[in-house]
Amino acid sequence: MAESKQNRIVGVSVPRKEGAAKVTGRARYVDDIALPEMWHGITVRSSIARGRILAVRFGDGVRWDEFVIVTAKDIPGRNCVPLFLEDQPLLADGVVNHPEEPVLLLAHPQRELLHKAAGAVQIEYEPLPAVFTIAESERMAPVIWGEDNTFKTFLMEKGDVDSVWKDADHIVEGEYETGAQEQLYIEPNGMIAQASPQEGVTVWGSLQCPFYVHRALKVYFDLPDEKVRVVQTETGGAFGGKEDYPSIIAGHAALLSWKCGHPVKMIYDRLEDMAATTKRHPSRTRHRTAVSKEGKLLGAEIEFVTDGGAYATLSSTVLSRGTIHAAGPYNWPHLRVRSRSLATNTPPSGAFRGFGAPQSLFAMERHMDRIARVVGLAPEELRRRNFLRQGEATATGQLLRDPIDLDKMLTRALEVSGYHEKKARFARENAVSAVKRGMGLASFMHGSGFTGSGERYLDSMVGVEGTVEGRARVLVSSSEFGQGTNTVLCQIAAEALGCEYDDVEIAQPDTSMVPNSGPTVASRTAMIVGKLVESAALGLRQTLLQAGLLQEADAPDAFRAACHGYMQQFGPLKSYSRYEAPLGVFWDDEKYQGDAYPAYAWAVYVAEVAVDTMTYATEVTNFYALQEVGKVLHPVLAAGQIEGGVAQGIGYALYEKVVWSNGRMANNQMTNYIMPTSADLPPVHVYFEEIPFAYGAYGAKGIGELPMDGPAPAILNAIEDATGIAFNRAPLMPEDVLEQMMRMAKGTAQEPQPAEVTR
Amino acid sequence: MSTVAAQPVTLTVNGEAKTVDVYPMARLLDVLRNDLQLTGTKEGCGEGECGACSVLLNGELVNSCLVPVLQADGASICTIEGLAQQEQLHPVQQSFLQRGGAQCGICTPGMVLASVQLLSKHPQPTLEQVREGLAGNLCRCTGYQRIFEAVQKSLAGQEKA
Repeated sequence: MAESKQNRIVGVSVPRKEGAAKVTGRARYVDDIALPEMWHGITVRSSIARGRILAVRFGDGVRWDEFVIVTAKDIPGRNCVPLFLEDQPLLADGVVNHPEEPVLLLAHPQRELLHKAAGAVQIEYEPLPAVFTIAESERMAPVIWGEDNTFKTFLMEKGDVDSVWKDADHIVEGEYETGAQEQLYIEPNGMIAQASPQEGVTVWGSLQCPFYVHRALKVYFDLPDEKVRVVQTETGGAFGGKEDYPSIIAGHAALLSWKCGHPVKMIYDRLEDMAATTKRHPSRTRHRTAVSKEGKLLGAEIEFVTDGGAYATLSSTVLSRGTIHAAGPYNWPHLRVRSRSLATNTPPSGAFRGFGAPQSLFAMERHMDRIARVVGLAPEELRRRNFLRQGEATATGQLLRDPIDLDKMLTRALEVSGYHEKKARFARENAVSAVKRGMGLASFMHGSGFTGSGERYLDSMVGVEGTVEGRARVLVSSSEFGQGTNTVLCQIAAEALGCEYDDVEIAQPDTSMVPNSGPTVASRTAMIVGKLVESAALGLRQTLLQAGLLQEADAPDAFRAACHGYMQQFGPLKSYSRYEAPLGVFWDDEKYQGDAYPAYAWAVYVAEVAVDTMTYATEVTNFYALQEVGKVLHPVLAAGQIEGGVAQGIGYALYEKVVWSNGRMANNQMTNYIMPTSADLPPVHVYFEEIPFAYGAYGAKGIGELPMDGPAPAILNAIEDATGIAFNRAPLMPEDVLEQMMRMAKGTAQEPQPAEVTR
Repeated sequence: MSTVAAQPVTLTVNGEAKTVDVYPMARLLDVLRNDLQLTGTKEGCGEGECGACSVLLNGELVNSCLVPVLQADGASICTIEGLAQQEQLHPVQQSFLQRGGAQCGICTPGMVLASVQLLSKHPQPTLEQVREGLAGNLCRCTGYQRIFEAVQKSLAGQEKA
């Protein structure tokens, strides 16, 4: 077993593989690439939320004969974006269902002529009534999707929740909301395509999941596997925002190329990217909880609803993760979670780091503070009395076989943050200060890998091959977009091969060259793909050992000669490994019960805030993030993931508000959609506990999404501690604080909702 | 199109004199990327908010998406490509590489140039000076913590060999 030996490379902060190219500006992102005779494309989009297209006119002042124009009629295959359901067209055909829906495409050799031309296309509509919010969609006024505006529902039950209410000492209710959030990768979406009926379709672009795009292009063009090639270029941030949308841009660029006979580049500018592409699902969660006077959670009903936008896209899986995480890291004897994802006439919501969990955990962790207040316990004490422990079962009935130590983590988080001392000091100081300070915490978990049977369906495969120079090359479709995929997978391979880190490289994700290791999502790359890389690398090493070219005791530098020697004698040297579900893993898709995830990362986060009662601005003054993510494979990258995720979480809590106007994002600019700058963020103190996970690469579990889940509730909990006001909606803007404080000043202040229900 | 014709503009870019025929109101960003093939300078927002297109113009940090090229006529410009001496990274680049200051890398060229300029003004910056000094360069990946460390430790003598 790998654990028994001292690791040489795993656990060490080696240099990022593509780091030198990035710091010198040599790294090539899609817009840095130009092909000979390349044209440029632009998308003409709907200006209304819902309606029938009556006519399209091409206005004066544009030499239309120089442009190539593509509509739905030009799609050789099927006009649908293939995800779970096939309800979303690649180009609108007769009707539009959200603002910014793609209607037609233009290409021209000169990029600078495109915007004027797009503006000269006039689309005449017959508008239809639309719905824009969860509440409007629920009322079904009107029905805009399917029979009842519902993309997906889940029912997750444990025990018999109907039995708990009569004996409960307290019943605590609460309602919580979260807004949309823009991924705001700094590199906007972009793609280059070269397509023709003879050669098939090749695209190069900024994307997370090469084989998702590959599948989509096969559908649009009705082509076999080998006629479609997808290459990931250096990708300047993604965070889920480049999981499904690149399948659309790739299709558009390829259609234009197919028709004009040139390579076509489509790069979104920031306005278009923010207005048209996916965002985090807005949500509403209602909790009803039965609690004993000792603070034991007896049972709960939770209703979790998300706004999926106009088409189903990934909403069912986002809902699934949100549903399972809705119960938090607590032991519930009885529980019922009902969840729904609803349609509205806004651009489809999509994947964003956390994938439903930040929404439902925000509600759970705000609600825990509410329960604590009702019961009369400290927030940390209520949590401590209800934490899941090893040997107990989660909300889906998953028996937790691996060690968990939330108790110890909570103690440590309170200690390193100086929680008790600060809380007491702030309470004294607040009495005589206009700046109110407070402490808040959140405890939570994030499941690593696909939910339920997801990993089994993915059937991921990876390879490791020898190169003629005697190096090893990792073959995966898992993509690098900042999180460290290249580096961590090469570390794992080098460790298993017994060679140096510098002797391992990783292939550019290119569907014609690498096996399908699954999408780069769901905190699965280090743990699941990494484990496959470990196993493929061990296989390759075994081949060299058996050939007598390498000895067990050889030093790492012997690898090159052995690898080179093997290829001289025998030809290609390759080793592949395919995913196999761990034994005894069980999941029931119908009942939503069983082993929801192969492993969970656990965390306790503490926020320290200052609310200025003169300006109503809230500042996070310190942030403490303690987590257990299995073995930390690369301390610098791992801490970087946590710090970056916490920053996005602080943005989610306090800065990043999507303003909607008739289904359209009104503030689709970096000028008025505000993400945290370097001057806004506090010191983020990161701590790891390490409990190696047997089925993850060298003990690793998922890490990337976890830090998105905790900051928003911890911060709003701290704001309640500071001000005594229970805010239950994120983001919380200064104007929201102002409104509530004005009410307090006028004496009309009220709890946004009564905490305890009178029975 | 306007009636203004393309005209020659002379720039000293990374120490080399360049003359390009461009429209006077062309963005310096586009001239660097398209006419001079210096694609290390990135476009993130096109409105001067994100700083991905930062370059040094006569030693001052500017958003090249907001600079009409005519305004740079005769100026000296340093882009990310001008920082490393062949394979020898600039100490700030080395520090970013070593300390996790770059993740996805798209803000990195601008962030590195902003850091170089910050260090030229404050050779031993306080954390507060770094936080304020880099506030015009947005990074979505790192949460800035490692960038602060990279900048503060990139001073001579603190760099590991």
